[in-house]
Amino acid sequence: MPLDNVVFWVFAPISIAAAIGMLVMRNVIHSALFLVVNFGCIAVMFLLLDAPFLFAVQIVVYAGAIMVLFLFVIMLLGVDRDDVRTERLFLQRPLAIVLAIAFVAEISVALRAGIGFATLAPEGFDQLQPTGNAQAVAEVLFRDYFFPFEVTSILLIVAAMATMVLAQRKVRVVTQAELDASGADVGAAP
Amino acid sequence: MRTPIAYFLLLAGLLFAIGTVGVLVNRNALRIFMSVELQLNAVNLTLVAFARMHNDLSGQVLAFFSMVVAAAEVVVGLAIIVSIYRRHRSVDVDDLREMRW
Repeated sequence: MPLDNVVFWVFAPISIAAAIGMLVMRNVIHSALFLVVNFGCIAVMFLLLDAPFLFAVQIVVYAGAIMVLFLFVIMLLGVDRDDVRTERLFLQRPLAIVLAIAFVAEISVALRAGIGFATLAPEGFDQLQPTGNAQAVAEVLFRDYFFPFEVTSILLIVAAMATMVLAQRKVRVVTQAELDASGADVGAAP
Repeated sequence: MRTPIAYFLLLAGLLFAIGTVGVLVNRNALRIFMSVELQLNAVNLTLVAFARMHNDLSGQVLAFFSMVVAAAEVVVGLAIIVSIYRRHRSVDVDDLREMRW
């Protein structure tokens, strides 16, 4: 059995178990930690698919930055208590699970009809990137996708500004006239 | 690489389905958000698998863009959740009914 097959069959069940663990854990923080495990497994899948640059980005951005942000907000809001698990909509949970099973079945049928379950990845991916994956991705990114890349920078700036606007506390502005009026009131009251 | 590409795609489909169940079943806004992240990751895995299958690096670049957009989306979404929590003292999406007609 080749090594990458072994790695796949070790990490694929872990990632699915972590995803299911994220669903069934009652504490939100435990869910977030299971999600970190899942992101790590997906990063390993990127490595298997010859994308070491995205492997690093996945670890740094998802398992690092995004999950720290999640845990920070969970602990900041103090919503890590156990959730109430009563069902308010009739048949919500069974219907969701049936939908998911139907989705997976549909994907399987489409894969079987489309590329088949035995198709191996073609050879020659290494010839595309003679000086390494990061440099090859950078060449494609800055040659063919330069305009989207610049638009992305605008998106990030807008997102940062939107976050500051959304998360700031509303401070009521007191004008000098109001201040004078209240001062006069205080003076006139006794 | 000796692992068939379809296995990666099937794994991505499974993770996407689990994320869908999470979005449909949960009422805690943070949990819904985490499930959406799981779905985004599944789609990224699909993109990278197809990039490998077609010997084309554009798929990896697209997955990279998708990660950047997901980061921006998480930041804005969590800020919205924080401001909702300040107003309602709860992150239960059933409590949000101001915009209901």
